[in-house]
Amino acid sequence: MSVLTPAKPETRPGMPEPARRRRRLGPGRPIPFGAAIGPLLLLALWTVGSATGWIDSRTLSAPWTVVTTAGDLIADGRLQDNLAVSARRAALGLVIGTVIGVVLAVVSGLSRWGEAVVDGPVQIKRGIPALALVPLLILWLGIGEQMKVTTITLGVLVPVYIHTHNGLRGIDSRYVELGESLRLRPSVFLRRIVLPGALPGFLLGMRFAVVAAWLALVVVEQINSTSGIGYMMDLAREYGQTDVIIVGLVLYGILGLLSDGAVRLVQRRALSWRRTLAD
Amino acid sequence: MATHAGGLTAAPPRTVRVERLVRGFGDRTVLHGLDLEIADGEFVALLGRSGSGKSTLLRALAGLDRDVAGSGTVLVPENSSVVFQDARLLPWQRVLPNVVLGLRGPDADARGRAALAEVGLAGRERAWPNELSGGEQQRVALARSLVTEPELLLADEPFGALDALTRIRMHGLLRELCARHRPAVLLVTHDVDEAIALADRVLLIDGGRIAVDQSIELPAPRSHRQPAFLGYRESLLEALGVQEAGR
Repeated sequence: MSVLTPAKPETRPGMPEPARRRRRLGPGRPIPFGAAIGPLLLLALWTVGSATGWIDSRTLSAPWTVVTTAGDLIADGRLQDNLAVSARRAALGLVIGTVIGVVLAVVSGLSRWGEAVVDGPVQIKRGIPALALVPLLILWLGIGEQMKVTTITLGVLVPVYIHTHNGLRGIDSRYVELGESLRLRPSVFLRRIVLPGALPGFLLGMRFAVVAAWLALVVVEQINSTSGIGYMMDLAREYGQTDVIIVGLVLYGILGLLSDGAVRLVQRRALSWRRTLAD
Repeated sequence: MATHAGGLTAAPPRTVRVERLVRGFGDRTVLHGLDLEIADGEFVALLGRSGSGKSTLLRALAGLDRDVAGSGTVLVPENSSVVFQDARLLPWQRVLPNVVLGLRGPDADARGRAALAEVGLAGRERAWPNELSGGEQQRVALARSLVTEPELLLADEPFGALDALTRIRMHGLLRELCARHRPAVLLVTHDVDEAIALADRVLLIDGGRIAVDQSIELPAPRSHRQPAFLGYRESLLEALGVQEAGR
């Protein structure tokens, strides 16, 4: 037998590179802080545009004006107060909406009768935007906190329900069979098979839900409100304070980004057992 | 069935009794009044061509055929467990929670660890199922089935998806575990050698009934080189309608 020698790269006519690396089909390795690149690019564009006078300051205040305005608003306490009120509304609506959405999804996912009763109304609600429901909710609940939290709850409930229900129905029937063969009690079946199996769907629903909560917040705070970021922005519109409006918009953006990031973090930790294209 | 206490003629206690079992899918009847008995601690292998109803019978014993039309009597112990062809581990649970999935009580984790040690996977309690090889996954599935100390173990081609070397190792492990825990076993397989190597009795299902009921009397360790092994092999293959090449 001959001694094995490392094979020399073979060059054949017509082949440009002898040892070309195989093309990979996945997206490749993650870029560090990749999520920040897009927003930073946008920020750079805005800064350059304002500095060169390409963007009129009456149309869109310059970033540094927005920063100083934010500083002033923080100094006199308006920003914190309004943010606290808004965050409370969003959080309350998010929690209530998530709980209701999950319960409805489980009821509708595990029983045919549940599905028959629950699924239709949720699908109908899905087609009605939050804004269209506000007049009715004002008549029913007044213009207080109750109406605001209810609107947010309704906005959150739908994506949580849809994605959790979808995840739950997608659980492999072989696992249901396993549960039957092990004679699992329904509570154990729910806790160990149904809920973890639906978790990927649920978390995707949560990503939509946190954004939906902030969106619904904008709607309710710009109608008949006396506090909150939306109210602050609406007031600024009346006085033509573009910078304050931008502060509010930036705040909404940051809040949306942060809450989405939080859900993604949970997603990565809770679904560490999965190996997907993204890993 | 009358049993005489202490009598020499007393029938051995039966773990499984199946009478006049009929099962069908649509127009096709798969099992035509099948009868089957398995004694306590007896290891029975069930052979048959594909589509002969092996798995249908096993699923009937496991109570997993609620939506299948049929009739007949099936008496099985309450405490029975199933090993599927795929290991069927929950991918979102680590190994130990998978093993103790059907267990209750404060000592569940300790029993699960002991069961994992028995299948040679001590120390892998915190691994994820998809970090294990196919053979290791199937061993976890075995641990999950035996941790409840079942009186009846139903195995549906449990080694069908494993490579030949792993399969031989798993045969040794299964024999060892069954000798220690003494459950009655029904092993569905399409592998004649596997059936002869493992079972006390080999059944062959054909035409919806048990067509061959062959006790295997071979001294341990069983090997392909024993002349009696070859004899059983030949007769079972013939009953299955297989002509071996070169004969």
